[in-house]
Amino acid sequence: MSQLIVFLTLLALGYGFGRLAESRHYRSIIAREDALRSLLVLPDRMPPIQFQHHGSTLVTGSVVISVDYFKTVAAGLRGLVGGRVSAYESLLDRARREAILRMQEQAQSLGAEAVFNLKFETSRISQNAGQGLGSVEVLAYGTALIPVHGR
Amino acid sequence: MLISNMEVVPGKKIATHLGLVQGSTVRAKHAGRDIMAGLKNIFGGELKGYTELLSESRDEALQRMSEQARTLGANAVVNVRFSTSSIAAGASEIFVYGTAVILEDR
Repeated sequence: MSQLIVFLTLLALGYGFGRLAESRHYRSIIAREDALRSLLVLPDRMPPIQFQHHGSTLVTGSVVISVDYFKTVAAGLRGLVGGRVSAYESLLDRARREAILRMQEQAQSLGAEAVFNLKFETSRISQNAGQGLGSVEVLAYGTALIPVHGR
Repeated sequence: MLISNMEVVPGKKIATHLGLVQGSTVRAKHAGRDIMAGLKNIFGGELKGYTELLSESRDEALQRMSEQARTLGANAVVNVRFSTSSIAAGASEIFVYGTAVILEDR
């Protein structure tokens, strides 16, 4: 009985705080994406000709996001029947967008006009391996092209 | 030292290829952070400690790579790639590799 109470409490805490954290995070992501819309980010391997005289440097952005208890349980149940695990989809979507934003922020602080050759790297932090996802790390990196004046 | 993940650098040409250079580091989090992360797994949200730790180790790996490139006499590393793997519970390896080159103005 007491185990059930602990389980339900954790589930409720996870649901409440997880939802709150997710909606707050999405609001911040959308606001910052709007602000950084003018900074191009492209996965193209070669920059077009107009960037020929720009300086270039590597920029990176990374984030580690943790699942909440509710998501772990929901994904566990989904694992029984198969199909889309929407609990994890939103988690990874948030992590990727946050990583791009941090990379863009770094590029902007360097005065870049565009970021080319965007690559992603996703890894799982095996903190509680065996019971679901734990937490994921997403790294976004690319080459920022910075205009050089006086050339 | 110019570091880029493109194969070409705008406005420059590659004079000499010096081959592959790499840097890696293995980091573990201390137990206190692990406990905090365990709690976060209930509530969800960002693990700031881990984010910091991983970006620090990435900087370290990049530094080791550019040191290796410098000893070869390179002035740039192009086509840089990152790779992360968790080798044991609580420890992860950050690996970065690229091509050391000597760039010249075109």
